[in-house]
Amino acid sequence: MSKLQGLLFGLATLLLVALATYFFTKTWLPALVSDRGAIDSAMMVSLVVTGVVFIATNLALGWFAWRYQDAPGASAAYWHDSPRLEWTWTLVTAAIMLVFTFRALSLWAQVTAPAPADSFVVEVTGQQFAWNVRYPGKDGIFGRTDAKLVDSAALNFIGLDKTDPNAADDVLVQNQLVLPEGRPVRVRLRSIDVIHSFFLPDFRVKQDAMPGMTSETWFIPTKAGDYEIACAEHCGLGHYRMRGQVHVVAPAALDARIKETAGE
Amino acid sequence: MAHAAEAHAAEAHAHRPQSFIWRYVFSKDHKVIGIQYYVTAMLMALVAGLLAMMVRLQLAWPDKTFPGLGRFLPDGYSDGVMNPEFYAMLFTMHGTIMVFFVLSTAPVSGFGNYLIPLQTGARDMAFPFLNGLSYWTFLCGCVTILASFFVSGGAAAAGWTAYPPLSALRNSIPGSQWGQTIWIVGMVFFIASFTMGGLNFLTTILNLRTKGLSLMRMPMTLWSMFLVAILGLLAFPALTAASLMLIFDRHFGTSFFLPSGLAVSGAPLLAADGSPLHSGGSPLLWQHLFWFLGHPEVYILMLPALGFTSDIIAVFSRKAIFGYKAMAGAMVAISALSFVVWGHHMFVSGMSPYLGMAFAVGTMLIAVPSAVKVFNWLATLWRSRIRFETPMLWALGVVSLFISGGLSGIWLGQSAVDIPLHDTYFVVAHFHLIMAGAALFGVFGATAYWFPKMFGRMMNDTLGKIHFWLTFVAYYCTFFPMHYIGIAGHVRRVYDPYQYQFLKGLQPINEFITVSAFVLGSAQVFFFINFFWSAFKGKKAGENPWQSNGLEWTCPSPPPHGNWPGEIPEVYRWPYDYSVPGAPTDHIAQTDPSPLGQRGEGH
Repeated sequence: MSKLQGLLFGLATLLLVALATYFFTKTWLPALVSDRGAIDSAMMVSLVVTGVVFIATNLALGWFAWRYQDAPGASAAYWHDSPRLEWTWTLVTAAIMLVFTFRALSLWAQVTAPAPADSFVVEVTGQQFAWNVRYPGKDGIFGRTDAKLVDSAALNFIGLDKTDPNAADDVLVQNQLVLPEGRPVRVRLRSIDVIHSFFLPDFRVKQDAMPGMTSETWFIPTKAGDYEIACAEHCGLGHYRMRGQVHVVAPAALDARIKETAGE
Repeated sequence: MAHAAEAHAAEAHAHRPQSFIWRYVFSKDHKVIGIQYYVTAMLMALVAGLLAMMVRLQLAWPDKTFPGLGRFLPDGYSDGVMNPEFYAMLFTMHGTIMVFFVLSTAPVSGFGNYLIPLQTGARDMAFPFLNGLSYWTFLCGCVTILASFFVSGGAAAAGWTAYPPLSALRNSIPGSQWGQTIWIVGMVFFIASFTMGGLNFLTTILNLRTKGLSLMRMPMTLWSMFLVAILGLLAFPALTAASLMLIFDRHFGTSFFLPSGLAVSGAPLLAADGSPLHSGGSPLLWQHLFWFLGHPEVYILMLPALGFTSDIIAVFSRKAIFGYKAMAGAMVAISALSFVVWGHHMFVSGMSPYLGMAFAVGTMLIAVPSAVKVFNWLATLWRSRIRFETPMLWALGVVSLFISGGLSGIWLGQSAVDIPLHDTYFVVAHFHLIMAGAALFGVFGATAYWFPKMFGRMMNDTLGKIHFWLTFVAYYCTFFPMHYIGIAGHVRRVYDPYQYQFLKGLQPINEFITVSAFVLGSAQVFFFINFFWSAFKGKKAGENPWQSNGLEWTCPSPPPHGNWPGEIPEVYRWPYDYSVPGAPTDHIAQTDPSPLGQRGEGH
């Protein structure tokens, strides 16, 4: 029997390992502009550990495929159990996964912890296919909303009850989110129709906006600049163009910039 | 019980139906039904594959016009430009058809039906009539789901996961008009058929095993079918319930998944008296019910492939499968854990972070039995004697994809790392490699391996190898780069990714992926030619062309009605006694009473 197939399989595996590793050494993540660097570090640790396993197991697979091909006079071992070997690799894998799990849980606890009390609060309500940004204004209290009052002709997309005194100074803007640099930001997420997902790739932030409930996420923008909001959950025909912008500005310039985006 | 069933089967054996219709169309013979399932699933794969090709065309070149496609599909393309609603329909139906009607059906219902009686030593399944009924119910599901393309508003377009409110509010997307209702009806047919199959699988494996075939002598394929049947019976009812609730929300005014405070297209959803049309429901409830099925479902696709792979590797490396107990145990562990990890699909949904923690722990645990499978396969290959026949290439392909796709699961299982990666192409890469890829390669491997038994003829080796190499290389070229664009933030299900500045630079990679996908799609021509040509013109195979030990290789190829012309053989050992020292041949059939080898006895 020709040795071509085993050779090809070995070479293909080698090529896969080389190319996959080469491209993973490139930077794919967008540059980080929030305090969520711990997520990037966890991803890097995952890359290194799974990368080593990927390379080792694939090389073993490719090598065995090439090395143990049938040939005249070749024989196979009658060897089918080795409790010591099996327990070793099971327990070593379990130990590695245990470390991963503890690290993952503590990182998750950190990311999902309640927002600091002095956070800048903003509400984002998804609708097909726009992000309605609302700032509570000087009183710090969001006015009442009621879906019955939604009226797109009157530009009342979230059903703000204008008779509520707290609503008077609420500022509403579509698709433009202004955030202060260096201060915790708490985003309240809601949706008026279907599920959307509020995705800020540069900030490592993603949280679904689910109709019927308010979810929250918080983070600290660390670099002034203009970034994008994407919708990550399929929400209908216009899902692909549900694009918003984030403007991170110095805290002193915040109010002026909000006014500017609101067209006031 | 076994005795009565055997007497019954022997009687059936004597009364083989004579007319073509009853023998080959409305058949109750597990072999005919298995092939019917398999061929139907492969034809459905053609449809679902073509849908994916159009998705890829759009992702690579959203700004190009395709007048030819416009003439062929006037509803999907306006002036040669794809409509966004058509795009949503394409990825929804690609996922639905592939997951349920192809990759659950071909390995489980196709090979399961064909192989279970042959590997257990039974004349047929325990309930042959139910088996026939399950196929025709499945076919109704196929016809229903395909018909949904032609109704007003087109086929379902809310994704294969059908998340409400998008799937519940009929004016939220065109596919949520009639398409979604028909999708649900199609799914209910599918689930009913799968349930009948599962009952048959379990009963047959538990009650009809031939004398001597203890559970710990079963081949890995039989173990996987046993576990898949349990998974299906326990998991699918959640989706049945959820689907019926969705129908009620859509048509009868209930609010299982719909909260109050909804407004679509800038107008509130109100009843005539001004009260909200819906109140009190939760879209999260659907996600919990859907993924309670959905996660075991991915193992329904994968476990048979893992079983096939173990069996094929043993035969073609002429070596016993390493760590039999651990291999069976790992499949049991994976199956059990698959019921407690569904929430890892919902880390960013807004469910309690404490729940997220619990689901992260379960998910990380699955890595342990999965790693055991890989190490045991490698240990089987070590110091073996590999015959590179086509089935072996596919089996090695499964091992390769299982490694590549499995490791990214460790990233996604860490709930915080999932935040940037959730709903991006990283996830698409992950599940296409491990779930879809391993299942697909498993089916191709099983086809190449058991084809001689099914049709009494060999598949063409050259065509088989060309098919493997093109598919293997193109599969990696299509799906591996998706990791990179996913890390870069490429979100899923977008009609035109380049609306976003941060995705504009990824277009060349998307073009490369699309070209690879077209090579992958075209390569399947070799398979279809080989399959149909070999079924009629292939070289005669004989009873046991691969020198295998399994019980199914002791009956004629193809087996007659009732499977064994004479008595049902007795089993004396596991099917993995290859290269036993001192044995006259390098394989000892399960039916051989010789004292050599017999690992099943010694331990």
